[in-house]
Amino acid sequence: MDAICAERETKPIVPPGKEGFDPNSDGGDDSPLYAARTKVYPQSVTGTFRRIKWAVLVVTLGIYYLLPFVRWNRGPNAPDQAVLIDFPGRRFYFFFIEIWPQEVYFFTGLLIVAAMALFLMNAIAGRVWCGYLCPQTVWTDLFLAIERLVEGDRRVRMLADAGPWTFGRAARAAAKHFLWLMVAWWTGGAWVLYFADAPTLVRDLATGHAPLVAYLWIGILTFTTYALAGHMREQVCTYMCPWPRIQAALTDEHALNVTYRHDRGEPRSSIKKSEQLRQQGLPAGDCIDCLQCVHVCPTGIDIRNGSQLECIQCGLCIDACDNVMAKIGRPARLIAYDSDVNIKRRMAGQAPLTQLMRARTILYASIIAIVGSLMLYVLLTRHDFSVAVIHDRNPLFVRLTDGAIRNGYTLRVLNKRLEPRRFALAVDGIAGSVVEIAGLPLGSANIIEVGPDQTREFRVLVSEYTFALPASAPVTFHLTDIDSGERASAADNFRAPQGD
Amino acid sequence: MARQQGNDIDAITGTETTGHVWDGIRELNTPLPRWWLWLFYITIVWSIAYWIVYPAWPLVSSYTVGYFNWHSRQAVVEDLAALKAGRAAMTDRVAQTPLDGILADPALLDFARAHGRAAFADNCAPCHGAGGGGVKGYPNLNDDDWLWGGKLEDIVQTIRHGIRAADDDTRQGVMPAFGRDKIMERGDIAVVADYVRSLARLPVPANTDLAKGQKLFAENCASCHGDEGKGNRELGAPNLTDQIWLYGSSRDTIIEGLMNGRGAVMPAWGQRLDDTTIKALTVYVHTLGGGEK
Repeated sequence: MDAICAERETKPIVPPGKEGFDPNSDGGDDSPLYAARTKVYPQSVTGTFRRIKWAVLVVTLGIYYLLPFVRWNRGPNAPDQAVLIDFPGRRFYFFFIEIWPQEVYFFTGLLIVAAMALFLMNAIAGRVWCGYLCPQTVWTDLFLAIERLVEGDRRVRMLADAGPWTFGRAARAAAKHFLWLMVAWWTGGAWVLYFADAPTLVRDLATGHAPLVAYLWIGILTFTTYALAGHMREQVCTYMCPWPRIQAALTDEHALNVTYRHDRGEPRSSIKKSEQLRQQGLPAGDCIDCLQCVHVCPTGIDIRNGSQLECIQCGLCIDACDNVMAKIGRPARLIAYDSDVNIKRRMAGQAPLTQLMRARTILYASIIAIVGSLMLYVLLTRHDFSVAVIHDRNPLFVRLTDGAIRNGYTLRVLNKRLEPRRFALAVDGIAGSVVEIAGLPLGSANIIEVGPDQTREFRVLVSEYTFALPASAPVTFHLTDIDSGERASAADNFRAPQGD
Repeated sequence: MARQQGNDIDAITGTETTGHVWDGIRELNTPLPRWWLWLFYITIVWSIAYWIVYPAWPLVSSYTVGYFNWHSRQAVVEDLAALKAGRAAMTDRVAQTPLDGILADPALLDFARAHGRAAFADNCAPCHGAGGGGVKGYPNLNDDDWLWGGKLEDIVQTIRHGIRAADDDTRQGVMPAFGRDKIMERGDIAVVADYVRSLARLPVPANTDLAKGQKLFAENCASCHGDEGKGNRELGAPNLTDQIWLYGSSRDTIIEGLMNGRGAVMPAWGQRLDDTTIKALTVYVHTLGGGEK
C-alpha cells in the first residue's frame, strides 16, 4: 500500500465526486453533509468490446422480455408456459423440469453454482459479470443509448446542461424520460409475466382485469428500473453493491483485469512532444493524455490510476484507446486485459505469462462440476411419485376390545405425473397384521388414487394380533403403481405397550 | 459526536479525516451520498405520516386511533370472514350432504377431516387429548370400544347433545354409588369387583366366591350392564368383558367405582358449534380408527 500511495502523491488525483471539494477548507462544521454526485457523460465508442456488449445486451434482454411467451405443452392438468413460477399452485416450471416446494434444494445447488461461476469468472478475467452481464450494467447501457439517441453525445449533452433551458432542450429531456419510463414499464411488465400465464395476463392487464398485485409489481419495478438505470447508474455499483468489496478480496495477481499498461504508456506527454522525444532518442510513453479512456467510462474514472473499486471492467476504455492508437500509428492495446504480474515481468524484460490453471480456478471449476453433476444426477433419477409416513404422536398405540394393538399412520403420497394414478398399498414387517385405510371399507384391496400433479394424505391403521411385539418394531409401507409397477417405500416403526 | 476543529484533509482523497488515528492509519470522514441522505429524510416523513394514518401514540387511558380508524381486531374479523367466504363452496357441500355421503366422496372426506381436525384441537383436545387418545375418565376415540355407539349417527348425537349435559336430548345414564348410598354391603362390593374382573378374564384371588358374585351382579348390575356384562349403549353402560377400561381395571379402581358411582359429563356442543363443524367433527372422530358402519 505504501508504494501505491507514494506513487499517487506525486500526482494528486481528484476522484470523481470530489471535484467541487475544496481541499483547503478547514474541514470544520461548515463542510457539506453530503457529497453531490458529479454527473458522468459517457461518450459513445466503437470497437470490439462495444460490439460484445451490444450482443450481450440484445441476447439477455431478448431472453428477459420474450421468455414468458414461450409455450410448452404439459397436457390439460398443468400450465403451458415454459418458464413459470406458480405461487398459488406451489410449482416452478422450467421447460421439461417441474420443481415442487420440497425440492427447493435444487435452487440451493443453483445458487452454489452461480456463486462459484462468479468467483471463477473473477479469477480468470476480473469483473466479467459487472462489465457485461449484470442487469444494472445492461439496463444502464440501454438507458445511455436512449439518452444519446435523444439528447446527443457527450459534448452536446454537456453543452446543453451548461447552457440555459430552451424549448428544444426541454422537449428532448421530456422525450428521453418518456422513453426511459416506457422501457422501465416494459421491464416491470415482463417481470410479472413469469408468475402467471403470460398471454392471459397481458390481456387482463390491458383490459384492467389483472390482480392488484400485478399492477403493484409493475409499478415498483418501473420505478426501480427508471431510478437505478436512468438516474443512479454507477452509484449503484459504487455505493450499493457488495460485490466490488467481495471481488477485491477474491482476486489475485494472475487474474486478468482491464489494465492500463503503464510500463508502455508512461511517461505520458502530448503527441507532438512524444514525437520530439522519440527523435531525440529519449524515453516517451505511448499515452498521449487524450483522456478518451476517461470520456467513454460509464463510471467516470481514469483507468490509468490502476484498479479501482468503481471500475466495472466493461472494456470500453480499451476500445477508445485502440481507436486513438490506430490514428497515431502506435500498437493497439495500451489498455488491455492484463495482470499486474505481466506488467512487472515485461518491465523486468521477461515474457508475459498467462496462468489459467491456478489453485483457485481449479477449485472453483471442480466445485461447479461436482455440484452441477450431483444436481443433474438427482434430477434425472428422481421418482415421479413418492410416499412419506408420519406415525401418530398421540396416541402412540391403541388397544382394541379384543386386545389387539393398533398403530395409526398418516401417509402422504405425491403424484408428480400430470395424470391421476392408482397405487396398491402393502405393509411389510408385522406378521399377520391387518391394514385398513380410513374412508375405505375393511377388506378392500387397499388401492388408493391420487389426482394429477397432487399430494394426498391417507390415514392408515395397522393392527397386530401376535401380542408379543417389542416396544418398537420396524415397519415398511410399499406403494406400487398399478399400471407401471413402479414402487416407492417409506419406513417407520410399530409401537406396542410393554408389560401391563 | 464531537467534531474537532481543524481536522486534517487527506491529501489523496481530498476528504476530511475524523482525527482518529490507529497505527498511523487515519479514518476518513467521507460525506454521505446525497441520495442516501434523501432516503433518510423520506423515512422520517414516512414515519410521521404513519402516526397520522395508523394508531400510534399511547395516551393516559387510550391511544391515538389514526385517521382511518384502523383496528387490528377489525382486520382479523375481515380476514376470517374472507376465509369463510373462500371455503363456502366446500362448507356448503358438507352442510348439504348426509354424513355417509361425506364418507363416500374423497374430496368431501379430505375437507371434512381437515376441518374436523382443527375443530377437534380447539374444542375436544383438552379432555380427549390432541390425537383423541383419551386419559383416565375421558374415552380414547381411536379404539373400537364405544360407550354410546360408534356409528355416524351415534357420534353426531353425542357431540350435538352431550352426555349428562344441560340439554333436553342429552344422553342419560348413571352408575349409582352402591357403597356410599348403602345399596350394597362393603363386603359384597369386593366380591362383585372380583366377579367383574373375572368377566374380563383378569386374575382374581383364589378364594373368591364367584357364584355369590354372579348372584349379586344379576341382582344389582345386570339391569344396565346386561346378564353377561356386555354393556348397554342405550344407557352408556360399558362392556365389562373387553380389554378396555375407562377408569382402569385394577381391583381398587373397580371398588372405587362401585362405592362412589360414575357419571362424567360431556358438554352439548350443539349449543356452541355450528352444524357444519359438528358434522366435520363427526367424520373426523369416525375416521380416527374406531368408526362403525
